[in-house]
Amino acid sequence: MRSVMTGNYASAYGAKLARAEVIAAYPITPQTAIVEKLAEFVQTGELRAKFIPVESEHSAMAACIAAETAGARTYTATSSHGLTLMHEVLMWASGARLPIVMTNVSRAMAPPWSVWADHMDSIAQRDTGWLQFFCQSNQEVLDTIIIAYKVCESRGVMLPAMVIEDAFILSHTSEPVDVPDQELVDSFLPAYSPELKIEVGKPMGFGSLVKPDQYMEFRYKAALAMNEAHDRILRVEKEFSNIFGRDHGGLLELYKCSDADFVLVAAGSVAATAKDVVDAFRAKGSKVGLARLRAFRPFPHDEIRALASKVEGIAVLDRSYTFGAGGAMFTEVEASAYSGQKKPVMKNYIAGLGGRDITPKILGLILEDIQVAARRGAANDIEWVDVAGLPRRWR
Amino acid sequence: MTKSYEELPLTPISDTPSTMNMTGLWRVIKPVVDKSKCKKCTICWKFCPDAAIELVDGIPVVDFKYCKGCGICAHECPAKCIVMVKEGGG
Repeated sequence: MRSVMTGNYASAYGAKLARAEVIAAYPITPQTAIVEKLAEFVQTGELRAKFIPVESEHSAMAACIAAETAGARTYTATSSHGLTLMHEVLMWASGARLPIVMTNVSRAMAPPWSVWADHMDSIAQRDTGWLQFFCQSNQEVLDTIIIAYKVCESRGVMLPAMVIEDAFILSHTSEPVDVPDQELVDSFLPAYSPELKIEVGKPMGFGSLVKPDQYMEFRYKAALAMNEAHDRILRVEKEFSNIFGRDHGGLLELYKCSDADFVLVAAGSVAATAKDVVDAFRAKGSKVGLARLRAFRPFPHDEIRALASKVEGIAVLDRSYTFGAGGAMFTEVEASAYSGQKKPVMKNYIAGLGGRDITPKILGLILEDIQVAARRGAANDIEWVDVAGLPRRWR
Repeated sequence: MTKSYEELPLTPISDTPSTMNMTGLWRVIKPVVDKSKCKKCTICWKFCPDAAIELVDGIPVVDFKYCKGCGICAHECPAKCIVMVKEGGG
């Protein structure tokens, strides 16, 4: 069924089609419409699930952890301060190896108070052991929730996943979305049946104390699982594509990169805009491309290194800033790129914080700037884009 | 004995309750109750963080399987009938 819907409704339909059995959530702008829609599905009987309203996001994740430990497929959604309040229990979900899937509507962290698009909330959770998918369209949001369950619940992975949609730009913007048939989704995604779960009459403690002589082995197992998730994403997405006819580009979507001299690396909704900008540059004969970081965890290390071996310059756009270090996407892309033989010129562009528009013009200026930087052999640096008071004009 | 990561479950599973953990083994000082001075106020019983005090006719009896010797009971006792003494005599 083809429909027009917001990113938030696409998330709700994704969770419904995946037949989430327990949904625990706390409202927060701009996420609330996701769980409102799911509550409606549960109330009308369209979705057979237990909906647990809780008093905080920490409790929402704790409820999902308990339900998942009991063998239920669980879902929640949150945003910014809600996500960061979950931080402790996000670590529990991954350490306990529970394949929970959650939508995070990526929103700025306060202060200054802001409800608009920004990746700081998601980036701040990069070390929690969750898979992270940054989506560029509402269709991708819906599809990725279904894909994420299949990837995460597979025996070799058993880790949770965060499906990230940009605040308002996706969450509240309507786009055409194909809502696949339930039977088709059921054939792709079987019911969740973990090897180990809490059972009535058989009391056990999960995630119990281990001494220093045994802790590292458990962490190593989780590390292997995240490595396995890399290949599993590619396999599951191929299977998804065969059934549903859509492919979202694996971990690193390469758009017109095969012969590109300069590439822009970006994540989230801005990547869709950047494709139009790349097309405009190509029409003028400028060999540029876009590499979209779809997965930030696991990080597409090999893909970035292969890309870096073929280009002269890489511009990395971060919609967040890690104080004292730089954009997190830049520092990680740089580490992967420079692990190879060839070292292209790289530059970090900080843009779009707190929902500021990243216009096609700005993206065009970034693609021109990285070429200038390469000609000059400029040292890698960080440029704040479109900040009032700084000398450069970006508007 | 450290197990290989391959032999381990995904997350550590415990099939015994924490009451199997004999925390009394940690103790270096122990509470000694002078029953003659006890006023049966039950404050020690309420404050014991390990629930290692039972009341017999209102008078505390310490369960040394779990008492860690933290001394909170002695500190809180208004009648000063509990004193902490070194384990192993002396």
